[in-house]
Amino acid sequence: MYEKNGEKYYICDAHIALWDARAENQRNIHGKQFIDCFYDYHKNLSPAEVVWDYDTYTYYGEQRLLKDLFEDGYVDHAIFQPAILSDFYKRGFGQTEDALALTRAHPDKLTYNHAWDPRHEEAGLEQLRKDADRMGLKGVKLYTAEWNGDSRGWKLDSEWSRRYLEECLKLGIKNIHVHKGPTIRPLDRDAFDVADIDQVATDYTELNFIVEHVGLPRLEDFCWIATQEPNVYGGLAVAMPFIHSRPGYFAQIIGELLYWIGEDRILFSSDYALWTPKWLVEQFVDFQIPADQTEYAPITTAQKKKILGLNAAALYDLDVPEELRLPAGVGSTEEAVAS
Amino acid sequence: MIAVAASLELEAEVVAALATVIDPELDQPITDLGFVRSIRIDDAGVTVHLRLPTSFCASNFAYLMASDAVDALRRVPGVGAVSVLLDDHHDSDKINAGLAANAGYVGTFGDEADQDLDELRRTFQRKAHTAAMERCVMALLRSTGKTIEELPGLTLWHLPGGPQKDALLRRRTDIGLGIRPEDLVLVDDEGVPVPPEAAPLRLRFAKAVRISVEGNAHFCRGLLKTRYDDEPLTTRITNTRRSR
Repeated sequence: MYEKNGEKYYICDAHIALWDARAENQRNIHGKQFIDCFYDYHKNLSPAEVVWDYDTYTYYGEQRLLKDLFEDGYVDHAIFQPAILSDFYKRGFGQTEDALALTRAHPDKLTYNHAWDPRHEEAGLEQLRKDADRMGLKGVKLYTAEWNGDSRGWKLDSEWSRRYLEECLKLGIKNIHVHKGPTIRPLDRDAFDVADIDQVATDYTELNFIVEHVGLPRLEDFCWIATQEPNVYGGLAVAMPFIHSRPGYFAQIIGELLYWIGEDRILFSSDYALWTPKWLVEQFVDFQIPADQTEYAPITTAQKKKILGLNAAALYDLDVPEELRLPAGVGSTEEAVAS
Repeated sequence: MIAVAASLELEAEVVAALATVIDPELDQPITDLGFVRSIRIDDAGVTVHLRLPTSFCASNFAYLMASDAVDALRRVPGVGAVSVLLDDHHDSDKINAGLAANAGYVGTFGDEADQDLDELRRTFQRKAHTAAMERCVMALLRSTGKTIEELPGLTLWHLPGGPQKDALLRRRTDIGLGIRPEDLVLVDDEGVPVPPEAAPLRLRFAKAVRISVEGNAHFCRGLLKTRYDDEPLTTRITNTRRSR
């Protein structure tokens, strides 16, 4: 919970990870390239005073995670969205068993989402059933750009992917987080293209599709499909830290999202440990659309509350304390509150 | 002295050739973006090293820029042998081998590719056109105080001259649209006029496209700076050519 100027905000960080990218876990050069790329994101977009040293960044462990999120970062609940990347890391990038154990130790604070990969076909489906049972899954995180042998990725609307989505429906896994990344096969298409999400969102209306980093670098295509598909959501991972380095651009992203998809389908994420939630929450609560961007309405306190936690709480049936909820019927018609 | 002048002239032409290579996603020249790490000109030819903001920048765009650079350099008269190398990318070995062998995109990526990059390039040329159109129209609306509904039949003639209009004309040419004064400004990707009732939405979406393209450019520039914080973002040029 975060409190400022008498307003209390329920915070759900909808995208966190517990990773191990230390040299001894790297399977090949790509493991190093991958964490180096993350570290550059971290260094480039974080305020200087919260930049970690490289070694800590490759592995930070459970206690550091608990402290950064729940002691220092105002987070009430956080959701693991792992990237396994077993072609790059010997024991995987996201640490499944450690994250799961942590979730079991703090079920009120943590939710663990797991991953599936349709390229494992029948065996993967069987594994999904077992995982859903053992892990109590409410959501999955799909990284469509993950390498697997000669393949550099897959599409959500492929035949096998559809069978997995149908299995999710049966198993009660209703939140499908999708991370678009480069180098999806075939390479000659735009790998960030979100068109496959449009297709499955139309076909599986009982599932929620949360597009991570709001489709960036294809914000416009994401907005276009999300406008037409009521079960498509946008996760603010990667977009959030622009609030510090490029606030004018961040205002445009938020302004566009509020215009196209509205305040009920945007989810806050720090993308921990890419960035840490403390400064993001503080800056977002203080944030306002700059006066010269007259085409966007000011962001209201109610909108901030929804984005910071209430929207994710609704998707994951989280128990939000009474005092942190919004009164029924509060929506976009509320007048802007100057901050 | 004549030899030196000729060599410097060649150097300027090499730089100018590279400045025609555009990052399709960002719609900016690779020379402005800091992607040209070094140029070495000697008696045999020219060697150019390129760099990108991350090792995981999409391979297709990386290949597109590198092969466009090869093509642009080969058009420089008397340049000699052309060698372009992409540094520090997860596909550097594959791309550099493909460029050296003139293998083309499909030849370079084999099974991973099933068609050339023409359609991909067109997709981003359309986005670049959409964004350029929005910049021109919004500038006009701001300066005249009118709304788009008040300007039916807006033509290229109505747009004031300047860099924004020049940029729009170039991007129209790229996707095969006319650039005569009487040609309509508000058209779709195929040049079909947008009916007045659809104009506000077309303009609104065009704005989202522009914000996306500009935002990506901010992000990529920042990442390149962070990634190469131990070396200058300008191009290192070495020229030992004695004559043209």
